Amino acid sequence: MFGYTFYWSIVWQKLPELAAGAALTLQITVLSMILGTAFGAALAIGRQGRGLGLRLSTAWVELARNTPALFQIYMVYFGLGAFGIHLSSYVAMVAALTFNNAGYLAEVFRGGLSSVPKTQMSAARSLGMTVGQSYARVVFPQVFKTVFFPYVNQLNWALLNSSLGMIIGLRELTGATQAAQSESFRTFEFFLVAAAIYFLLSKIVEVSARLIFRRLFRT
Amino acid sequence: MKITLPYSGLQWSDLWFVLQGIGNTVLLTVIAATIGTIIGLALGWARGESKTARWAFAPIINVVRSVPLIIQLILASSFFAMAGGEASPLVAGCVVLSLYMGVLTSELVRAGLASVHITLRRAARSLGMSYWQELRHVSAPLALRAVFPGWVGTLIALTKDTALVGVLGYVELMRATQILINRTNEALLILTGAGLFYFLICYPISRYCRRLEKAMNHD
Repeated sequence: MFGYTFYWSIVWQKLPELAAGAALTLQITVLSMILGTAFGAALAIGRQGRGLGLRLSTAWVELARNTPALFQIYMVYFGLGAFGIHLSSYVAMVAALTFNNAGYLAEVFRGGLSSVPKTQMSAARSLGMTVGQSYARVVFPQVFKTVFFPYVNQLNWALLNSSLGMIIGLRELTGATQAAQSESFRTFEFFLVAAAIYFLLSKIVEVSARLIFRRLFRT
Repeated sequence: MKITLPYSGLQWSDLWFVLQGIGNTVLLTVIAATIGTIIGLALGWARGESKTARWAFAPIINVVRSVPLIIQLILASSFFAMAGGEASPLVAGCVVLSLYMGVLTSELVRAGLASVHITLRRAARSLGMSYWQELRHVSAPLALRAVFPGWVGTLIALTKDTALVGVLGYVELMRATQILINRTNEALLILTGAGLFYFLICYPISRYCRRLEKAMNHD
């Protein structure tokens, strides 16, 4: 094609490096999602209150949703230096992605909580359940169901967003690919393989989510 | 011996540099949004109306949605390089972002068309309207109304995603910021300014969008 000769064997030689990159990508994704879920839940609760908690959590959510993820990463990696905080690119990446995930997940959780009618709580209470029981047995299972797919969606975004690590010199899948291709400049071949790996990872997330959903909420 | 790093402070000419970056961000956003919306309308209509189109476009849509934008950008630019023509980063960015915007918009358009009751469409046809008359006077107005808030949301996402084209060397706002940081080491100040720009564009639109959604859900 176009007089260009594809040269794949060099990509296969570097496959272990790409695999190590993919492992780091998964690690960052999972870690930032776990932390993001914890902060996101706290933000969702904070936004239901009033006063300082409401203002802080609203500021967090709006900042996370209305600025580029790349800006957030730069802010953590370069910007915090002004306060004498110098983070490694790994820590900066996890922190920035956590910030981003928490902002989006807070909205997801809030939507889930408001999707359960208040009467459900009243009904559970009038059946003699305590507040804790009503939440655990009536409200949360319903929240979980409505939140499930938006949550998986965010997991997918986190996976794709982790590719920004390349820009601050992190060797996750994209960064590892960038480094591996810099010896041969077979850019297209290397990044095509990386794209295939991302595609595979993303599909695994999607399909397993669908299977889990069917198993959990079989009606 | 004391080593002084060759940092130089911010100058007034840097403001012009940043403004050029903003101009480039806006240019890229406007082009990609326009082409992307046209692609999205056509693609969404085709996928909504024909099973063949749904099958034919499924692979592209899958790939665009589950491969990181950075990798799509690098692949596009190295593809152009392979094909012989050295494409400017602006062209590669426009191609990738337009396609991305088109795919996201097509999902919305498809859902919007599906939200028009089939009985309504049949009623219009039985009044003697042709397929195109029905689409133009009945389905499209209703569907576009449902699509609008989601489309605005996609537009915000696109504005933020233009930051990634900086990776190809296109000096949009984020790239300009990074260049200035490297020279002046005034990360926090410059980043705050850049973040403010994105926030001031995205936040009002997303608030307007949320109000619109709320108003539409109530009637």
